[in-house]
Amino acid sequence: MGFRLLPDRLNIDFFRWMNLWLGISIAGVVASIALYLTLGLNYGVDFRGGTLIMAATPQVEEVGEFRDILSGLDLGEVQVTEVSDTTGSDRHLVLMRLDTSGAGQADAISGVRTALTEAFPGIEFLQVDSVGAKVSGELVRSGFLAVALSFAAIMVYVWLRFEWQFALGAVISLIHDAIVTIGVLSLLQIEFNLTIVAAILSVIGFSINDTVVVFDRVRENLRKYKKMPLRDVMNLSMNETLSRTMITVFTTLLALVAIYFFGGDVVSGFAFAVIWGVVCGTYSSIYVATATVLWLGVKRDWSRADAAATDGRLGKTGA
Amino acid sequence: MLTFPLWKRLAVIAICLVGLVIALPNAFYSRVERANDAREAMARGAPETPELAAAAASWPGFLPSGLVNLGLDLRGGAHVLVEVRLADAQADRLEGLWPEVRDRLRDLRAEVGTVRRVDGAPTELRIRIGDPAGMAAALAAVEEVSQPVFSITGAPSRDFLARADGADTLVVTLSGPEIVAMNDRTMQQSLEIIRRRVDETGTREPTIQRQGADRILIQVPGIGSAEELLAIIGQTARLSFHPVVSRTSDPEVRPGLDEVVHPSIDEPGTFYVLERRPVVTGEQLVDSQPSFDQNGQPAVNFRFNPQGGAAFGSYTAENVGSPFAIVLDGEVISAPVIQSHIPGGTGIITGNFTPEESTRLAILLRAGALPAEITVLEQRTIGPELGQDSIEAGRLSGIVAMVLVCGYMILTYGWFGMVANIALTINLVFIIALMTAIGATLTMPGIAGIVLTIGVAVDANVLIYERIREELKTAKGPARAIQGGFDKAFSSILDANLTTLIVAVVLYLMGSGPVRGFAVTLALGILISFFTAVYVSRMIIAAWFDRRRPKTISV
Repeated sequence: MGFRLLPDRLNIDFFRWMNLWLGISIAGVVASIALYLTLGLNYGVDFRGGTLIMAATPQVEEVGEFRDILSGLDLGEVQVTEVSDTTGSDRHLVLMRLDTSGAGQADAISGVRTALTEAFPGIEFLQVDSVGAKVSGELVRSGFLAVALSFAAIMVYVWLRFEWQFALGAVISLIHDAIVTIGVLSLLQIEFNLTIVAAILSVIGFSINDTVVVFDRVRENLRKYKKMPLRDVMNLSMNETLSRTMITVFTTLLALVAIYFFGGDVVSGFAFAVIWGVVCGTYSSIYVATATVLWLGVKRDWSRADAAATDGRLGKTGA
Repeated sequence: MLTFPLWKRLAVIAICLVGLVIALPNAFYSRVERANDAREAMARGAPETPELAAAAASWPGFLPSGLVNLGLDLRGGAHVLVEVRLADAQADRLEGLWPEVRDRLRDLRAEVGTVRRVDGAPTELRIRIGDPAGMAAALAAVEEVSQPVFSITGAPSRDFLARADGADTLVVTLSGPEIVAMNDRTMQQSLEIIRRRVDETGTREPTIQRQGADRILIQVPGIGSAEELLAIIGQTARLSFHPVVSRTSDPEVRPGLDEVVHPSIDEPGTFYVLERRPVVTGEQLVDSQPSFDQNGQPAVNFRFNPQGGAAFGSYTAENVGSPFAIVLDGEVISAPVIQSHIPGGTGIITGNFTPEESTRLAILLRAGALPAEITVLEQRTIGPELGQDSIEAGRLSGIVAMVLVCGYMILTYGWFGMVANIALTINLVFIIALMTAIGATLTMPGIAGIVLTIGVAVDANVLIYERIREELKTAKGPARAIQGGFDKAFSSILDANLTTLIVAVVLYLMGSGPVRGFAVTLALGILISFFTAVYVSRMIIAAWFDRRRPKTISV
C-alpha cells in the first residue's frame, strides 16, 4: 500500500454546510465582479493596443532615465518598469509600454531603438510587440467568443451525455470559475493577455473534466441504488471519486508549480492563473455543479428504457 | 479477459517504436538541422565542400530527419500583420479607365458636347457632358468600353457600370463581381510580391499567409526586427518615368488636365509638375541591380523588357535636352536632363542613396510593386536570446514536472505507478512525433501545454487505478478487479477527456499564434492519453499479471 493523501474509507457529508459554501461562492462572484468594475483588468498590448518593448542592459540603469528619454521622443503616455530576470544571467530587464499605434508605428519604434542604443550602449531588444487598435479590438471579441463557445459546446455535450440538470450545473460552475479567476487577475493586476485567455480556457477544461468524473459516478450510482435519496447518492459518489480528484489535482499542481517557478516570465502569469483555476475548479465541481443538480433534482428512472437509449446513442458506457 | 492476442501486442509495440523513431531527430535538434541544411544546399547545386559533406554526414541518411517547427517566440524573428488597402487598388483601376472613357466620349462630341471630369468619391468616376440630350448615347458608349466578367453566381455582368446622375452627369463605378474578382487578384499579387521580396533577403522558412479578406501575415524567423522586415515589404515601390512639365517651389500649384504634382525626395520644398501618363513604368523592368554611378555614388542599374526598352529609347531620342522625372511612390527621386538617345533599354537611377538604400531599392524593383498600399496592424519582434531562454525554461520546467509527477505516482501506486510513468513517457514521445509528422509549430505556450499534459495525462491512469482499488474491496480476486477497473473507468475517461478536447478545439479555432500552439499540444496530449493509458498500460499490466500470477495485488 502506497502513500495516500486521504484515508481509504471516506464518509464526508458534503452538503452539511451547504448554505455556508453557497454564501462563499456568491460572495466570491460578487466580489470578483466588483473588482472587475472598479479596478478593472491590467490589459496587455494584445488587448489594449500600443507597443511593449522588453530590453536588457548590461548594467543596472535608472528606470527614470528611460522615462526621460522616451518622454523626449513625444510618443504619448509612457510606462517603464523593471523586471526581475529569472534565468539568472547577468543582465537587467526593463519593460516599456508606449501608447503608439496606427500609422507611423514602425518609425516610432525605430526612433526608440536608436535613442536607447545611443543612451545605453550594449542594450539588447529582447521583444517588441506592437498591436494596432483594430486588431486589439478583434482579439478582445474573439477571446470572449472563445470562452462563450466553449461554454455552449460543453453544455450541449453534457446535456447529450447526461441530463439537462447536469448540463446547467456544469455550466454554472464553469461561469463561477471564469468569474472568480478574472476577479483574482483584477485584484493582483496580473497582465491580461492572449496567454491568460488560454489559461482561462484551460481552467474551464480542467474544471469540466473534474465535474464530469463526479457526474459520471452519480449517474452510475443512481442506477445502482434506485431507492437511495439523491443527496445520499451524491455524497456517496463524491466520496468515491474524491481520492482520484485529489491525486489528479495534486499531479496537475505539481506540473503547474514547475511551470510557475521555472518556466520564465512569458508563462508564469499563465501558470498562476491555472493554479488558481484548478483549485477553484475542484471546489466548484463539488459545491457549485453538484449542488446545482441537487437543487434542480433529477429524474430517477433512467436505468430502464432511457438508459438503454443513452447507451445505444453513445456506445458502451462501461459496466 | 486480461490477456491480449499476440498480434495486438505486436501492433502496440510497433506503433510505439514508430513514434519513437519519428520523434528521435528532435533529441539532436541542432545536429539534424545542420545536416538538413547541408543536404538541401547540395541538392540545390552548391559545391560539395568538406564542411558541407561533414555536416550532411553528421546525421545518418537512413534515419528520419523531420523536426518540430519552432515557433517565432522560441526561435526569434519578426511577425507582421498587414492590411492591403483594397480600396486604393479599386480607385487606381477607375483612374486607369478615365483616358479610355474620355477618348470614346470625345469621338461623340457632336452628340454629347464637351466632356469634363468632375470631383467625386474615390469609388466613382464622375463625368459631366455639355449636352444632356446626348446622355443615352454617352451611356451606350461607356458600356461598349466595358468588358464582360464572370461571377460565381453565373449571372453575366460587365466589369464597370455607368449610370446617369442628374441631367448632365455620368457616374462610372466598378461592378460587384468585378470588385470581388479584383480584390482576389490584388491579394494574390500582394502575396506573391511580398513572398518574392522576403525570398530575396535569403532568410529561411518565412511564413506568408493570407488571413481573412484583406490581411497578410508574415513571419520571418531569424530576422533582426520587425522594422527591418517592414522596410522590405512595407514599401509599395511603384516606379514610373514621366516627362517633366515644370518645376516649382509652390506646394499649392494647380496642375493642368492630365498633369500631376509630386514632391522631390532630396530637395525639400521643390515640386515637379509632371505628365500624368508615364512613358515607362516599373512593370516593364526585367532586372535591377545595385551599382555605382561615374562619380562613385550608390545607384541602381536597371534593364527594361523589349516594349519598355523601345518606348524608353524612342522617347529619349525625341526629347534630348528635356528633363525626365523618375518617380517612386509619388515622390521624385531625381529629374535628370536627357543627354542623348538611350537605346538598348538599360539605364541607371541616381539619387542621394546610401549603399543600403540602393541595395534595397534594387530588391524592391526586381520583386515588383505591390498592387496596393499596405498598412501595418501588428508588428512583433522576438530577440533570439529570448527564444533560447524560453526553450531552456521550458526544458527545465518539463524535467521538474516529470520528476515530481513520476515520483508522486510511484509513491502512491508503487509498481502500477511505474506503469503509469511509462505510459506518460510514451505519451510525451508521441506528442513530439505527431507534431513532427503533421508539421505543427511548437511555441512557448505549447511547451506549457506539454508540461500541463504531464500533470493531466496521468489522470486516466489514476481513474483506472482508483477503480481497481474499489473493485478489490469487493474481493473478486486481482484478475477480475483489474479487468473491472479498466472497463468501468472507461466511461469516465471518455467523458472527461472529450470535454477537455472540446475546449482545446475551441481554443485552436478562436486563438491565434502562440495560443494555437497551446491548443495543439493540449489536444494531442489528451488524444494520445486514450491510447497510452488505456492500451499501453493495460498491456503492460496484463503481461506482468500473466507472468507473475500474484494472489493479491496492491494498487
